[in-house]
Amino acid sequence: MAKMNMLQAINNALDLAMAKDDGVVCFGEDVGHFGGVFRATSKLQEKYGKARCFNTPLTEQGIAGFANGMAAQGMKPVAEIQFADYIFPAFDQIVNETAKFRYRSGNEFNVGGLVFRTPYGGGIAGGHYHSQSPEAYFAHTPGLKIVVPRDPYQAKGLLLASIACPDPVIFFEPKKLYRASVGEVPEDYYELPIGKAEVLQQGKDVTVLAWGAQMEIVQKAVEMAAEQGVSCEVIDLRSILPWDADTVAASVKKTGRLVINHEAPLTGGFAGEIAATIQKMCFLHLESPIERVCGLDTPYPLALEKEYVADHLKTFEAIMRSVNF
Amino acid sequence: MTNPNNATITTVHRAEFTASDALKIPTLRILQDDGSLYDGATAPELDKDTALKMYDTMVFIRVLDERMLAAQRQGRISFYMQCLGEEATTVGSAAALSDQDMIMAQYREQGALRYRGFTLEQFMNQLFSNEKDLGKGRQMPVHYGSNAINYMTISSPLGTQIPQASGYAYAQKLRGLDALTLCYFGEGAASEGDFHAGLNMAAVHKAPVLFFCRNNGYAISTPANEQFVGDGIACRAVGYGIKAIRVDGADILAVYQATKMARDYALKHNEPVLLESMAYRLGAHSSSDDPSGYRSKEEEALWRKNDPIARFKAWLLKQGWLDEAADNAKTEQLRADILDALKVAEKVAKPGIEHLISDVYAEPIPALQQQLDELKAHIRKYPDAYPITAGRLD
Repeated sequence: MAKMNMLQAINNALDLAMAKDDGVVCFGEDVGHFGGVFRATSKLQEKYGKARCFNTPLTEQGIAGFANGMAAQGMKPVAEIQFADYIFPAFDQIVNETAKFRYRSGNEFNVGGLVFRTPYGGGIAGGHYHSQSPEAYFAHTPGLKIVVPRDPYQAKGLLLASIACPDPVIFFEPKKLYRASVGEVPEDYYELPIGKAEVLQQGKDVTVLAWGAQMEIVQKAVEMAAEQGVSCEVIDLRSILPWDADTVAASVKKTGRLVINHEAPLTGGFAGEIAATIQKMCFLHLESPIERVCGLDTPYPLALEKEYVADHLKTFEAIMRSVNF
Repeated sequence: MTNPNNATITTVHRAEFTASDALKIPTLRILQDDGSLYDGATAPELDKDTALKMYDTMVFIRVLDERMLAAQRQGRISFYMQCLGEEATTVGSAAALSDQDMIMAQYREQGALRYRGFTLEQFMNQLFSNEKDLGKGRQMPVHYGSNAINYMTISSPLGTQIPQASGYAYAQKLRGLDALTLCYFGEGAASEGDFHAGLNMAAVHKAPVLFFCRNNGYAISTPANEQFVGDGIACRAVGYGIKAIRVDGADILAVYQATKMARDYALKHNEPVLLESMAYRLGAHSSSDDPSGYRSKEEEALWRKNDPIARFKAWLLKQGWLDEAADNAKTEQLRADILDALKVAEKVAKPGIEHLISDVYAEPIPALQQQLDELKAHIRKYPDAYPITAGRLD
């Protein structure tokens, strides 16, 4: 075990993946010698050479298209999109190409092994072009897998699993936690399962569900609720697509209540999908309406970020509304 | 002094523009209509078997196109796209490749596909979306693909294959393969952002890819002069630091020679090359299009005389390699074979219900399996509404 922050854990995962398989290649804007604007690919070019870790021109659609082609040839490209806010020029390549490659060819070709790594989310005073959480756009696209880690241990295991995955993965990294989240991480290779939620805390009154950077937020709210005598079950969804409805439903059948928290705006956010599925699976067990604590339906603000975010106080209020319904 | 701008600095002391038409790219022509060569031109090295395979492929595609367009008109298939007028462009370029080279096409390159060995049955199975289609009946007609013969499955969105070809070729280079990628696209698709992205990525990362532009004059109804202002597409390559060559697309010897030269160069230097083939899309864009709304019969008649097959045939006759009577008999036999294959393929069953969810992922995710189970239960309840699958759900 070693103490690592999330960037070090990601860097370590990439290092191990590149050492294990010479088909693993890392690229993106400023990813080469500089090691990425957040340094996630630090020292990889020195270690594995310019052919396997390199800068690309400033073209997200080019990065995504190039990655599709490399993966179709059988390599495992790990392409960085510098901020998730800038993934949209690559939207067509990801939604129409990456996601459909295997299906449209009848399995003649596929882009398994392709991972798009991209920092997402707020909390860094980034305003609306350095803070977005665009997971819901991609969750509407069959063929993709979507993973969001909450801490360094999760980041390493889930990233290694994503690179080994036979399907393409978008790996959203909570940039707020890059340096802020520190924990014990095994130095050896390990994978964590994609598509499986994790119950972090058992409870009996209400299930509180989130992912990524919001796990810290809901933990705070859950502690506040505990002081009021409310017992919360806490779940980290970890994968948005496919998402683990069984684990969430089993919990809600026990607690009868569900609070979902995400950073992205409310309308069309992934919480809506979860709420619809869980009300169907758990209808006769529900004691109160499913609560969603999300961003407002506005672009991500700068000066008023504190007011906008789905913080611990809003989450605490939703928990109390749910148990007092 | 360092050169932070990565550009040549030639100093002048009076302000002057570089003319927008400063770069003029010539068009390679080797073969004349009567089958003779232009003065100063040399025929590429081409043995008799290869030449006849090229010719047979062109004829095959023309007959197939005629027959399948008719089949679409009869309502037997939903959609079709011919490549009339562009047979030399795709066959000549494909013939200059190694079988190990990947072909990433747009959608009108059935000549290249046939040259690679796609069988008549495989064409038919795709066109009829039946259960023998390699693509499992998932894409509209003409979206062919085959891993076995290194022909990437066609994608409808235009130009997406261009940056993919750069990535594929880069991977071929990293693997140390003696192979490259040839990427076809039209002059219309060259307006897409993916064209810029793909060329720049290939140039910067030194990917051995041949960008092959089929400049056929029209993007559905939009003529090339409403698509761009510069001198065709080839001149753009120079802006990316990529070598370019332009050929007469109805001259198969020119297409073959240029592609061969480009392939040798790209593999030797690990660099992309752009080829622009000047042709004319003599047919409609697709079976859903009617060119009479945007171009004249006179224009078409003029171009109809510029037949790439007739030109190549004249050359083959001059070589003494083609027996005209035998060739005519062969074409008649081909028409019969195509009709027979069509009749077989249209009776083959559609893909089974399991292929509604297979290949979305390597293995179906739980939600998909559940959706399929629910669908099967529904179909069992209303079998008459779902005749393709109702009788074979298990």
